[in-house]
Amino acid sequence: MTLGFTLAYLTLIVLIPLTGLVWRSASLGWGGMWHVATDARTLNALKISFGTSLIAALINVVFGVIVAWVLVRYRFPGRRIIDAIVDLPFALPTAVAGIALTALYSKNGWIGRWLDPLGIKVAFTPVGITIALIFIGLPFVVRTVQPVMEEIRKEVEEAAATLGATRFQTISRVLLPGLTPAILTGFALAFARAVGEYGSVIFIAGNLPYISEIAPLLIVIRLEEFDYTGATAIAAIMLLISFTMLFVINLIQAWSRRRYGYAT
Amino acid sequence: MDVRVSGVRKEFDRFPALHDVSLDINSGELIALLGPSGSGKTTLLRLIAGLETPTEGKVFFGDEDASLKSVQERNVGFVFQHYALFRHMTVIDNVGFGLKVRPSASRPSNEEIRRRSSELLDFVQLGGLEKRYPAQLSGGQRQRVALARAMAIEPRVLLLDEPFGALDAKVRKELRRWLREIHDKTMHTTVFVTHDQDEALELADRVVVMSQGKIEQIGTPDQVYDTPNSPFVYGFIGESSSLTVRIDNGEVWLADRTLGLKSDAPDGNATLYFRPHDVELIDGCGGCIAGTVIASRRVGATRRVELEIGGAAERVEIEIPADHPAREKSRIAFRPKHWRVFPQA
Amino acid sequence: MRHELPQPPEAASNVWHPATTESRTARFILVGVALVFLGLFLLLPLIAVFFEAFRKGPAAYFAAFADHDALAAIRLTLLVAAIAVPLNLVFGVVAAWTIAKFEFKGKAFLTTLIDLPFSVSPVISGLVYVLLFSTHSALGPWLKSQGIEILFAVPGIVLATVFVTFPFVARELIPLMQEQGTTDEEAALSLGANGWQTFWHVTLPNIKWGLLYGVLLCNARAMGEFGAVSVVSGHIRGLTNTMPLQVEILYNEFNTVAAFAVASLLALLALVTLVLKTLLELRYGAELAANGGH
Repeated sequence: MTLGFTLAYLTLIVLIPLTGLVWRSASLGWGGMWHVATDARTLNALKISFGTSLIAALINVVFGVIVAWVLVRYRFPGRRIIDAIVDLPFALPTAVAGIALTALYSKNGWIGRWLDPLGIKVAFTPVGITIALIFIGLPFVVRTVQPVMEEIRKEVEEAAATLGATRFQTISRVLLPGLTPAILTGFALAFARAVGEYGSVIFIAGNLPYISEIAPLLIVIRLEEFDYTGATAIAAIMLLISFTMLFVINLIQAWSRRRYGYAT
Repeated sequence: MDVRVSGVRKEFDRFPALHDVSLDINSGELIALLGPSGSGKTTLLRLIAGLETPTEGKVFFGDEDASLKSVQERNVGFVFQHYALFRHMTVIDNVGFGLKVRPSASRPSNEEIRRRSSELLDFVQLGGLEKRYPAQLSGGQRQRVALARAMAIEPRVLLLDEPFGALDAKVRKELRRWLREIHDKTMHTTVFVTHDQDEALELADRVVVMSQGKIEQIGTPDQVYDTPNSPFVYGFIGESSSLTVRIDNGEVWLADRTLGLKSDAPDGNATLYFRPHDVELIDGCGGCIAGTVIASRRVGATRRVELEIGGAAERVEIEIPADHPAREKSRIAFRPKHWRVFPQA
Repeated sequence: MRHELPQPPEAASNVWHPATTESRTARFILVGVALVFLGLFLLLPLIAVFFEAFRKGPAAYFAAFADHDALAAIRLTLLVAAIAVPLNLVFGVVAAWTIAKFEFKGKAFLTTLIDLPFSVSPVISGLVYVLLFSTHSALGPWLKSQGIEILFAVPGIVLATVFVTFPFVARELIPLMQEQGTTDEEAALSLGANGWQTFWHVTLPNIKWGLLYGVLLCNARAMGEFGAVSVVSGHIRGLTNTMPLQVEILYNEFNTVAAFAVASLLALLALVTLVLKTLLELRYGAELAANGGH
């Protein structure tokens, strides 16, 4: 009975609506889909979305791993608070993050006013989009890597040291490779989230077609133009890529479990 | 390589783990550090390795003072209880790791590393498993990889921390014998930590018995077993029985009777230690220990009886032939063949 | 077995250094990098919200809440959360119960399906309902003839919110209940308790902190959701604007102080959520299932 309820609710809320989307895009056919996808504006929006998401996720991998390391390994005053702050992007509504970041990075903002004289424009450029995506993606990397880091046995590092490895070699050749599955998963999660992100981006992006217009925004624009077909096609492409990402994450996990006997 | 530990004291956050420990290890020796948990045996091993630094005292490798050297510089092979293999590396990459991280000036070529690692794997009887990952090996196999990995760096001394502690009993016995063979072939100076006396006695050239951060006794397995030099060693190694006695003028007294044993211990209360199996039974005696059988059970080829001695109601266990007609309530008299008396503190 | 190998060169330093930690300098730099990064990317935006909200003084700040539309937005947000959160709470408990306590085919697939809304862009989450209920859809004309409004009305907003907050409670409880197994329940049943009593007296107390944790996160997202709600709401002032949407409108009208004032309420909600979440983790860490990101 509980299974019935679970399935019914799941079907009603998630499956039917999503099927509707798939149905509609299917009726579009490959030709129609191709037509929308290769439209210059769509293509650019997808490029910007995926490009900035990729850069943001890469930056998050670097700093997320450092943040996780610092939180797991070092004891310093305020560590608990810092640890809690990492989840801020999960809790802060995206629109709030969006206007706050815009206020910071616009020409007169706290940060923008220092960058502007240097000729660095952040707000209303892809750089601004990337910064918003760094904001929302960071906790995915930290929270995926952190628990795995906590489980690293001290003996493994000691073993490397007795074998003559310097601290740098121990970290770069033993610890980080051991964390690779977790880092890859964190990267994929941050990337997938960034591609679909809307609220925190649209304020800082400036939304200039071909330059700083992200794919989710283009869906909204198409909807506002009552171009449901166009909106559906872009959504279908994005969904396809998101699900591929999801699939890749599962593959990483399965591969890691099979080979190393552990998963993230 | 000789290893000399000299006057080492170690404190962790003011908590003393080792007090003034000195130990000479000869080149090529196989030494066991034996003691209960908390005795400081692992701390001593880690100090030799350089994984800890002594609060006071020095560690010498040969004539060289190694105390200030970091673990990387000491060139020791260390094997951990839980293997500590690098789980994202294949078996052969694990073994070759120590050579690969050497500075380029002293690093062998990649083929050379591969060849040597492969040779070592054959040596520890794991040939053919080069491409496996640690997760795909059994516990015993993992510990062999760990040993091969430690030997690959041509260590000056091989240190093993409870190397068989995580394995089941059967594998543990196999590996014990196998480790002895390996040692006899390579003659690495080897120190291993264990809390298992059988392991220490069977495997080691010399056994270092430790308790509460101090060395109680150092000796060959025969020495520590046959002539324990402290109540602790008597109690910790092999089985022992003890009785409260009194020393008077070099004679050992039990209550109001002399036992006919001589001792040079100072006058006063003392404890008599002996092995339950190392006694002779006597019929009706003047100078002996006599007691009433209160429990008897068959253990293998012999019989164990628990005797109540005198009015003080002290109990001791001795071993008697299985065919001895001892019944409950019957009296048995005996005298220990080998024994020691330690004054009571 | 002795190979003639060149020994590693003697290092110059004569200072013993522990094997499992970095040098003081490296530690200092790493902590510094982490703090600066977090300060710049996470903390500063949060501070900016409150700073901008009070830029023109407390009077202007509080004036923002006297506005009729702002109050309507707050009311709507509370209403939506009050519907969406309990719905997903019930679903979450039932789904977790089903998955953790019963064996059936396709369980792994079901678990993946429950996580699905997390991997869908919020905009697409809104879009699917637009496609389903718009006048161009199969359902749309019929709904219109019946006088039922879903799109650009409260029901649509609720639906979109339910969709995006769908997995929170379930995914928090599934690992927790799986870990706890079925022995407690079996013991209760063997003592004569019926199914409902077993759930109420045995299962629920076991999962209450995990449940609270999930509800907390679910609520934060429900009140803060922007993309999905934005697509289905139609942005009708005073009627279908939630707080995040109100923030957007005010901001786009250059009514910065008011925008940040409403935003500050949402930020406050985020902070309270974080504090409660941290307290729960500190206090009941062992009773919460370990889980990664959301």
